Amino acid sequence: MGTLLDEIIEYGGEVFGKEHMETVRECVQCGKCTGSCPSGRITAYRTRKMIQMARMNLREVLSMYELWFCTTCFTCYERCPRGVKVTDIIRTMRNIAVSEGHMSLSHKKVATYVFKTGHAVPIGEPQMKLREGVGLDPMAPTTQKFPEQLEQVREIVRTTGFDKKVGFDWETMKLREELEEGK
Amino acid sequence: MFVTGEEKMAEKEYAYFLGCITPNRYPGIEAATKKVFKEFGIETKEMIGASCCPAPGVFGSFDLHTWLPIAARNLAIAEEMDLEIYVTCNGCYGSLQEADHLLKHNERLRKKVNEVLGKIGREYKGKTKVNHSIVILHDVIGLDRIKEAVKKPMDDVNVAIHYGCHFLKPSEVRGHGSPERPYILEDLAHAIGAKTPYYKDKLMCCGAGGGVRSFDAPTSLEWTRQKIVNMIEAGCDCIMHPCAFCHLQLDRGQVEMQNLFGIEPKMPVLFATQLIGLAMGFSEKELGLDIHEVKMPEKLLK
Repeated sequence: MGTLLDEIIEYGGEVFGKEHMETVRECVQCGKCTGSCPSGRITAYRTRKMIQMARMNLREVLSMYELWFCTTCFTCYERCPRGVKVTDIIRTMRNIAVSEGHMSLSHKKVATYVFKTGHAVPIGEPQMKLREGVGLDPMAPTTQKFPEQLEQVREIVRTTGFDKKVGFDWETMKLREELEEGK
Repeated sequence: MFVTGEEKMAEKEYAYFLGCITPNRYPGIEAATKKVFKEFGIETKEMIGASCCPAPGVFGSFDLHTWLPIAARNLAIAEEMDLEIYVTCNGCYGSLQEADHLLKHNERLRKKVNEVLGKIGREYKGKTKVNHSIVILHDVIGLDRIKEAVKKPMDDVNVAIHYGCHFLKPSEVRGHGSPERPYILEDLAHAIGAKTPYYKDKLMCCGAGGGVRSFDAPTSLEWTRQKIVNMIEAGCDCIMHPCAFCHLQLDRGQVEMQNLFGIEPKMPVLFATQLIGLAMGFSEKELGLDIHEVKMPEKLLK
């Protein structure tokens, strides 16, 4: 295997195109990304540092808590004077981090909502009443209403193997991490 | 076609991609958009079996190879209906438009995604278009017709415009001009008579995206706190926005902020069609404004 940078270009390249990802090599560490970053004002997330760590093959960047403080607002992406596709590079780094097991429990739970209902934010009884109050059907005609439609989303997740990355147990419909906690 | 009596001929039909937060948390956004669009002859069709878009900054961060086929499946549903899509959430817009863009421009990727979709009997063909509802208001319905439909002008109302992120960016995909100088929401607010004062960091993110809200809610609310404080300082009466996810963060977030920072929830949050709906004479209840966490002030309801 090559460097982390090669891996980022290869992985992200499959989706965004290699040329798009190669822009990471154009970074001159000017810091305009960090200067534009609303997260950087509040958190320890430093865009420029994340990119430089990737370029220096410092794999520990993948397990850094800060990597998850980017809201994907794309301000850095728009403003980069070198045309570095920053947000897509960060999203790719997060994908690689997840592949290597660096995913928070709260994020795994968000994923399980989609496995269970097809929605990251599912509906419950109180919200069904809210819908009726504005003259809508209690449930929208989505995956949560139609099990055969939900099954299609589940099939996609099983095909890509995302369920395994998250550690989801289809029998109990729980995360293995939750099952272990329960023991 | 021969049109009789009260029957109004639909000028255009769209498939409404609902996403998650609109139908499952803030159905007023759904009701308001359908009602306002209908007034202008735009018919809405339901997308049977649609799922989460899935969120571009969240699922796009977890696994792009799962994000893309789920998004493509949603696009395929609209293609089967032979309709263009409209959305009421920047997350849905970001996800579906980006997926459509990537798949339309990369044949190898399309083949790979269609192999996954083939297993569930669907196919992405690249023949729908993803529209944001506020662009339909601005460009299809048009500002003149909106002005004509106003029954209660918002003359004395200062509206804090909040764009969110994925409506404007990345601009090379979105195509709504410079994200540093947007105009669509301002145009819409001015069409109903409102003023749109500048406030500090107007174009800043709400703080919810990219999985930050689920990862660390108090931190994500610090973005929101800054925005709300800046809006108050600029004398704004309410927020007008184009995004269900921002709506959740800005409205529900104010209640969470009360517990965290002791700030009283008093900045009303309205999706664009809800504010326009009020100006057109729809009631608070018809637009689902009574079910928001932050109550509507008299100034908006009179």
